[in-house]
Amino acid sequence: MALKIVKGSIDRMFDKNLQDLVRGIRNHKEDEAKYISICIDEIKQELKQDNIAVKANAVCKLTYLQMLGYDVSWAAFNIVEVMSSSKFTYKRIGYLAASQCFHESTDVIMLTTNQIRKDLSSPNQYDTGVALTGLSCFVTPDLARDLANDIMTLMSHTKPYIRKKAVLIMYKVFLKYPESLRPAFPRLKEKLEDPDPGVQSAAVNVICELARRNPKNYLSLAPLFFKLMTSSTNNWVLIKIIKLFGALTPLEPRLGKKLIEPLTNLIHSTSAMSLLYECVNTVIAVLISLSSGMPNHSASIQLCVQKLRILIEDSDQNLKYLGLLAMSKILKTHPKSVQSHKDLILQCLDDKDESIRLRALDLLYGMVSKKNLMEIVKKLMLHVDKAEGTTYRDELLTKIIDICSQSNYQYITNFEWYISILVELTRLEGTRHGHLIASQMLDVAIRVKAIRAFAVAQMATLLDNAHLLTGNTQRNGICEVLYAAAWICGEFSEHLEDPMATLEAMLRPKVATLPGHIQAVYVQNAAKLFATVLRGHEGVPADSTVAQETSQLLIDRLPLFVQSSNLEVQERASCILQLVKYIQKLQQKDVEVAEEVTALFAGELNPVAPKAQKKVPVPEGLDLDAWINEPPSGSESEDEGRKSKGKAVFAKEESRHTKPRYTEVDEKELAKRREVRKAEQANNPFYIKASPSSQKVYQDGVGVEHIPVVQIDLSVPLKVPGMPMSDQYVKLEEERREKNKADKKKKDKKQRREKGEKGRRRRGDSVPESEEDITPAHMVDIVTEEMPENALPSDDDDKDPNDPHKALNIDLDKPLADSEKKLPVRSHRPDEVLKSPMEDGQGVEVAPEPKKKTGKEKKEKKKTKDKDRKKSKEEKKKKKHKQEEGEDLMGAGSEEPIQLEETKGVAAPPPASTPEAAAEAEDPTASTPKMVSGVAAVAPDSEPEEAKDTEPEETKSSKHKKKKKQKKEEKKKKHHHHHNHSDGAGDESVQNGTVEEEEPLPPMSNYALLAENSYIKMVCDIQGNLQDGSQVVVSIIFENKCDSFIKSMEFNVLDSLNSKLQRPDGAGPHDGLNVPFQLPPGISNEARFIFSVQSIVMPQKLKGTLTFIVKTDDSSTHEKLDFKLHFTCTSYLITTPCYSDAYSKLLESGDLKGSSLKLEGVNQPFHHLLARICFHHHFSVVERIDSCASMYSRSVQGHHVCLLVKTADQTVSIDAKCDEPGLLGNVLDEIKLTFSQC
Amino acid sequence: MIKAILIFNNHGKPRLSKFYEHYNEDTEQQIIRETFHLVSKRDENVCNFLEGGMLIGGSENKLIYRHYATLYFVFCVDSSESELGILDLIQVFVETLDKCFENVCELDLIFHVDKVHNILAEMVMGGMVLETNMNEIITQVDAQNKMEKSEAGIAGAPARAVSAVKNMNLPEMPRNINIGDISIKVPNLPSFK
Repeated sequence: MALKIVKGSIDRMFDKNLQDLVRGIRNHKEDEAKYISICIDEIKQELKQDNIAVKANAVCKLTYLQMLGYDVSWAAFNIVEVMSSSKFTYKRIGYLAASQCFHESTDVIMLTTNQIRKDLSSPNQYDTGVALTGLSCFVTPDLARDLANDIMTLMSHTKPYIRKKAVLIMYKVFLKYPESLRPAFPRLKEKLEDPDPGVQSAAVNVICELARRNPKNYLSLAPLFFKLMTSSTNNWVLIKIIKLFGALTPLEPRLGKKLIEPLTNLIHSTSAMSLLYECVNTVIAVLISLSSGMPNHSASIQLCVQKLRILIEDSDQNLKYLGLLAMSKILKTHPKSVQSHKDLILQCLDDKDESIRLRALDLLYGMVSKKNLMEIVKKLMLHVDKAEGTTYRDELLTKIIDICSQSNYQYITNFEWYISILVELTRLEGTRHGHLIASQMLDVAIRVKAIRAFAVAQMATLLDNAHLLTGNTQRNGICEVLYAAAWICGEFSEHLEDPMATLEAMLRPKVATLPGHIQAVYVQNAAKLFATVLRGHEGVPADSTVAQETSQLLIDRLPLFVQSSNLEVQERASCILQLVKYIQKLQQKDVEVAEEVTALFAGELNPVAPKAQKKVPVPEGLDLDAWINEPPSGSESEDEGRKSKGKAVFAKEESRHTKPRYTEVDEKELAKRREVRKAEQANNPFYIKASPSSQKVYQDGVGVEHIPVVQIDLSVPLKVPGMPMSDQYVKLEEERREKNKADKKKKDKKQRREKGEKGRRRRGDSVPESEEDITPAHMVDIVTEEMPENALPSDDDDKDPNDPHKALNIDLDKPLADSEKKLPVRSHRPDEVLKSPMEDGQGVEVAPEPKKKTGKEKKEKKKTKDKDRKKSKEEKKKKKHKQEEGEDLMGAGSEEPIQLEETKGVAAPPPASTPEAAAEAEDPTASTPKMVSGVAAVAPDSEPEEAKDTEPEETKSSKHKKKKKQKKEEKKKKHHHHHNHSDGAGDESVQNGTVEEEEPLPPMSNYALLAENSYIKMVCDIQGNLQDGSQVVVSIIFENKCDSFIKSMEFNVLDSLNSKLQRPDGAGPHDGLNVPFQLPPGISNEARFIFSVQSIVMPQKLKGTLTFIVKTDDSSTHEKLDFKLHFTCTSYLITTPCYSDAYSKLLESGDLKGSSLKLEGVNQPFHHLLARICFHHHFSVVERIDSCASMYSRSVQGHHVCLLVKTADQTVSIDAKCDEPGLLGNVLDEIKLTFSQC
Repeated sequence: MIKAILIFNNHGKPRLSKFYEHYNEDTEQQIIRETFHLVSKRDENVCNFLEGGMLIGGSENKLIYRHYATLYFVFCVDSSESELGILDLIQVFVETLDKCFENVCELDLIFHVDKVHNILAEMVMGGMVLETNMNEIITQVDAQNKMEKSEAGIAGAPARAVSAVKNMNLPEMPRNINIGDISIKVPNLPSFK
């Protein structure tokens, strides 16, 4: 043996290891890809070998290649093999590889469930640790559900190393399996006060992460955290807690008040900058939450701002950055206290660090006022000139526009200045924000009526100088402004000084090089200009030549556009060309056409709010989601498609409309359309970009006569395009303000009344009082966006419906119901908790869920009789068909990967040297026999269908509770059909005929009280083991009834000749087994024990004892509890489905011996009766006709038991047949007992 | 939450990548490239924070990085992490590497990326900070290495011998790597504690 190992390692020492691989790659710099592909071939060879060491080495190399970007998912199965090695060295390699490349859709992941569970309960803490670390990276909903109990147990592990990892991973489990949050939460809370600081920190970490998403559920923890904050010295923990408080205070202002003092103390005392910074941050959050309710905390604000100023002035760039970041938070509520530091922030704009400049820009956004807007923008414009990199310059550009347009242009007093700023911005080369400038131009021109004349003049200049914009640089972005310019000139052409010149500019040949959509606007607006020209010149005889010249100009130039490759341009151009030709004809006849042509473009276009469409109320009685016509079923339409070619197009279309897919497509489509629409809206002048506070439309109530309109000599700046002009407006504006002030002083008395009015109005706008003096230069008649009548004033919930955290919005303060003390995972609930009707538990009729066929099932099927197999395959087909027809297309689709996996399992035959690992990988149910110790921690039951049954994830969050309930029901069903074909369960429902709705059954449970004293209560359930005919599994739930901690539980049973408790190797025949967990007060947990049985014909009783230590604060006592385990014959039966033809053959064979039983006075409905027999005695219904039913079950050792149950007038007669009369007699006795009890 | 941890050198060659959310290999490489692009063009004396790259989860995320000798250590985190805290965590990480590899240099990371992963696993688990105490981390790492050695036992000896021979046969190994300042100097930063 040893020789073999040494030989193996000699073989492999000439294999490449990771270092060799790395070295090789470095030595093949020029043909790296080729070298790596050779290496991958080698690795594939190595993976085929039996030696696990070779495999581990190969997987290790694959992990490295994965980092370099090579897909290694093909080796997933080998990774699982390496993970299941018994050696820590290899296990770690396996788990590392898995954590790097497994994800939710890796199909072999479901093979790992048992391996991980085994590792979690390993005596070696590092095995457990490595498994937890790996699991944290690739946990799936299935894994989370199956392992939640195991991990929860680990949270109370003796080693802090394991505890902290278990606590931390719970967060991932919650995310994937939200149902586990409530049951696990009490224990998580306990860990906040764990003696080990690492565990404590982990618990704080998890709760902070949870609370960040759903803060209101965690308010009740505030006192506990408050205590931690004042007592903890660990800065990590403190930071997390303080951050958490920042999230909680907005919900509970009282908390904020309490926090201010300790936080201020911390700010003064701590030397750690990170802590100081977080404290300041949270104080800010508190102040924000208080700002509405409390008068002022100016001292605290001052302290914060002071500290932040120190940070910003620090030479450390990191502190500077964070200081600015925090400052921007204060700004939102206390702008004044920040505005006094304007100097500092403007200084930061000059910083060489881009991150800092961007932060400073953010701050500026909030710091502008009417007074300083021009000054700040002027400074920014300087930066625009200096900025070399395009990204930063683009950022500056957007910021300038943001700053100016915020709150519906609240701070702009002079729109002429703003337009000139926009025009200046068009001179930026290579910016990609042309459309942004364009939309601003359109927005301002449309909504500020007073500015139109000026805007039109500017735009005309722009059009005239279009060559500057489109010039030699690549035509990206900036030419978008021409779109706006053309539209403004056309739409408001009455303001044009020389429409003829503009028209000429718009029809220059160079225009044809512009993008299509801009050309289209050019053509359309040329027509508008034409109309204007006609109107201006008609009627005056001298001018009629001008009109005719214009027509001629159009006729000359338009053909250029008619030839355009852009459809839109072509269409518009040819249409307008014909129109003009016709007009020309009329003109030659001296007919007046101006009026008619103008009528083409009459009417004003009002801006419509982008939300308007959405806000149109749905008329009563109109259900938009309802089908207008019933959707044709998929198969039908397919047939149709095949039959008639002519219809094929429609048939295809329809077949796509089967519901589940339809909605999916629809949603994607919608999103896409929305995007497109948004893009369109951005360019469409009739849509106005939503501004954050569009409600606060600034409407000047003061009459027009009070607003001094400045006369500006436009001639100079306009004739020189491309020269900075905005400066002049700044000067002009200053002069104007000066003059205003002087005027005001004079008119002060007269205007007092009006001023009062103004003041009142302005206060609402939260504009600093000093700004009242600044009156806008224009009547800022900003047109309100139009909304439909009856628009619903709703705040849209913008939350992402896919946010996984939504599912975690669970009320945690509600006391845990008994049912929830344990995770809903595979737990077998005691009687009183069962709320769900029995019927569901029966699997008689469950909500049709997509059943997946698993490799295991198939294997099982082989074991069953041939007939069964054939039959079941048929059934399967039927079912598949049904699924396709019916509600769930997904189910049918999801079968594929599993089959794939199955073939993989076969294709890669497990090497002989690791039969254990391979067997396990192949058959996930193999864990039970392998629990050598005979004890497994909580529910090591491993029904693969449980691991795989992914219900349709329809309503992850919203129908959360409902789903939970459903789950419970399922669980119950699972339990019952413990060792059942999942296929069978589904088929039954079809076959039995019990599908119809019948009154609900009372709750039932197989858990019987085993023993109880004042400390502990034991309930148990006994089941045969499907895999091993000689084994019986006893699941016992231990419940701690006292207020103390129960630990060191030892379970022992006095063996009989027939039945023996399975003990670990090396243990004596009388040794007890340790129960693998401890019980905190009020907690229950489940353990399983395996017994080997020889004869199953007779029921038997085993005496046993449970010893345990009850630990109170000051003392601990040894206690014991005696019990008697009753192995009934029923417990040797296994629910096995049977099809009616197989059943009748069985009865005909004549091997079975009969017996019968009569029950009198049974006054429960027949289906309840059947359900009881099924549930308590592990039978399944083969067929049911009216008040007669045939039932079937099989013992662990393969005995067939058949029942024929009839009922009439409260009398039930049962005729039974079985190949073992002793067993049958006992089973019938037990059935009798069951009914006598109820 | 930490979304990803990347280590790459001055030329953008990945030395370690750990993503706590799943991306396919191509996206991962793209993220590494983009991150390198963002980080490498920054001067030495600017701040260590970057507004999130486009790829890792949008605006809520930040890149927090440190540059040691030839290597960049980049953490991509969301808003629940303290920026300065993560900077200190990077420092702890590098100091731990320094202790475990005895004067760590880029070569250690190149040839022992698995060990680096193991060390990292003791600090960060599933994107959440597990341990910040350097001594505790080193204790656990050492204990696991000891286990590994004891498992290798006799059987491991020949392989070790061969790998030693292999390394002897390639004396040029360290030389053909042009790294000016090989070992990562761990500056003493104002500690976080």
